[in-house]
Amino acid sequence: MLQHLLLLATAMAPVQTSVAAAASAAHAAPHALIHLAPIDIAILAVYLVFVIAIGYITGKGHQTSEDFFLSGRSIPAWITGLAFISANLGALEVMGMATSGYQYGMMTANYYWVGAIPAMVFMGVAMMPFFYGSKVRSVPEFLKKRYNEGARFINAITFAVFTPAISGISMYAMAVVLQDFLGWHFWPSVVVSGLVVLVYTFLGGLTASIYNEVLQFFLIVLGVAPLTIIGLIANHAKAVKHAAAGMHESWLMAATAGWGDFKHWLDTHQVSQGKAMLPGNMWLHTWMGTGHAAGNTLQITWPGVVLGLGFVLSFSYWCTNFLVVQRALAAKDMNSAQRTPLLAAFPKMLFPFIVILPGILAIPLLPHLVTGGTVVHGKIVSDTHTVNNVMPLMMGTYYPAGLLGLGLTALMASFMSGMAGNVTAFNTVVTYDLYGSLINPNASDKHYLWFGRFMTVLGVAISVGFAFWVRGANSIMGYTQTIFGVVNAPLIAVFLLGMFWPRTTPWGGFIGLLVGTGTSVTLWILCMKGHPMAHFYKHGTTSAFWNALWSFCAGASSTVLVSLFTRRQPVEQLTGLVYQVTPRGEASATLAWYRKPLVLGILALLATLILNLLFW
Amino acid sequence: MIDLRLPIGIFFLLVGLLMAGYGVVSPNDIPHIGMKINGNLDWGIVLTIFGLLMTIFGWRGQRRPPEPKNEQPPVH
Repeated sequence: MLQHLLLLATAMAPVQTSVAAAASAAHAAPHALIHLAPIDIAILAVYLVFVIAIGYITGKGHQTSEDFFLSGRSIPAWITGLAFISANLGALEVMGMATSGYQYGMMTANYYWVGAIPAMVFMGVAMMPFFYGSKVRSVPEFLKKRYNEGARFINAITFAVFTPAISGISMYAMAVVLQDFLGWHFWPSVVVSGLVVLVYTFLGGLTASIYNEVLQFFLIVLGVAPLTIIGLIANHAKAVKHAAAGMHESWLMAATAGWGDFKHWLDTHQVSQGKAMLPGNMWLHTWMGTGHAAGNTLQITWPGVVLGLGFVLSFSYWCTNFLVVQRALAAKDMNSAQRTPLLAAFPKMLFPFIVILPGILAIPLLPHLVTGGTVVHGKIVSDTHTVNNVMPLMMGTYYPAGLLGLGLTALMASFMSGMAGNVTAFNTVVTYDLYGSLINPNASDKHYLWFGRFMTVLGVAISVGFAFWVRGANSIMGYTQTIFGVVNAPLIAVFLLGMFWPRTTPWGGFIGLLVGTGTSVTLWILCMKGHPMAHFYKHGTTSAFWNALWSFCAGASSTVLVSLFTRRQPVEQLTGLVYQVTPRGEASATLAWYRKPLVLGILALLATLILNLLFW
Repeated sequence: MIDLRLPIGIFFLLVGLLMAGYGVVSPNDIPHIGMKINGNLDWGIVLTIFGLLMTIFGWRGQRRPPEPKNEQPPVH
């Protein structure tokens, strides 16, 4: 989600244009571009039966609210690890990354290799012991334990407001794609997919969500990965089409040859980037030309990438967002909780090859895709041949019936995993941190279980309602996603100081949270209103990275300043919450190397470094 | 609790067999590339093998007693 939020945050104008086109499409009469064969429908039906069956099976043993909200803290690390990635892998991310690949190339992989992996490693090695060890049930609850009720409230209310909204936006985007490509009407797509998610999350709570997220992870990988292979083969076929029509070659040979042909094509062609034409080979580099914003496809500079994206934005998202942290809290023990983000880091670093590369491979294959919709008589009219649709267009072009059903089911799965993740995080925060904390603190566990299920229904209903609202007023889509990203940016300052500086006081954390968030929102508004500062940054991406850094500095400095003048908590209250006063275990000699968080973290960072060097 | 590899394995076994069977009955090449590649048969076999392996591991895991919780303090 972080990746797509940032890309949206940094390119508001084109996004709103495309959103307008999508909204226009949503109102238009459905007209199918792709016709599904019975085999495609059979695959989709098998998937729907399985996700509901998993919800039913996993929900049978639930007796307490902790079973429902935290899976009774009983799940092995490999499952929570894959769910950790999958909850973040909504439809907007899968399709949005292919779009970014088409527009900006491998530079988009910075959102994974710089903007995710280091933060995930830090989360597993350094921060998870405090989240899991303090036995909190949510991130806002950690803020309450470390700081005060005010800090918890700010974090909880922000999360509760934006989470179902983001989920509704994902639902809207998916329904528009289904309408454009399959001719399905908007409202049944939204209502039916919402109902499926509701049934399995209502029945099985977090366990059903996590179990289905793992199924969805494999489905996304195995449903979308052929697109990369076929994209390579299609590039090979394009290069040799005059010589060998109807030739026999294995997948492996044709795909290997396709990589060489594709690189040759990029070396010998210019590709349009906005109004400029840039050398095609820039689309395969992550760092080249980042010395100045005009020298690369994404118009970013390396200090902004390292400090703004690689530190503030990614650490805030991966280390403090309850949507992903909740998966680790469901782990069966401390070691499994620590290994959750670390095991997730390895498949995560390979995802650019599945979701970004098909977009890049589409440049020679689908060369005339446009940004936004087509303008007719001054009005934007729906056009499915836009860069936003590059992934479904590639599937529609190169997947035969059968494989197409698998690919579309994978897109549906990505949408459902994202939505279920949002709904299960929403019901937990509302139940524990708003209802259980402020409205009805002394209710029985059975009552909270009942209330959580009710919140699951409400969360899905709000998401569906928001999807219809976005359909009617599309400009709120870009703004909602951007504001959520902006509000979350400075959170990491308060968490880091709280966990690693015992002198941080409750008032320091609370004021730091307010000042950091306030700074972030103010800077964003100034940039949106065309303040001269925005021109200094030249491009939206650069401003998003630097705004995050300034907000972090504002939040951190105000936390330190207020902490120096307010009363600190007794040391015994900080045990389990702050590094210096928490007892630590020595690395056990009996623990195998692949279970040691530090070893896994170092391996993940080394592998990421190698990927960066390969695509320098 | 059910071993998750079991439903995942059965799911991919079913989908893999469906696709491979469809690839045999209706051997369509991948469109627009002019090559003789039966995508459904080939990818269906890949999914079937993956599903079979997951089912076997899941079935064996289901019969094994659950691992005890590791209550050690965090290791840095």
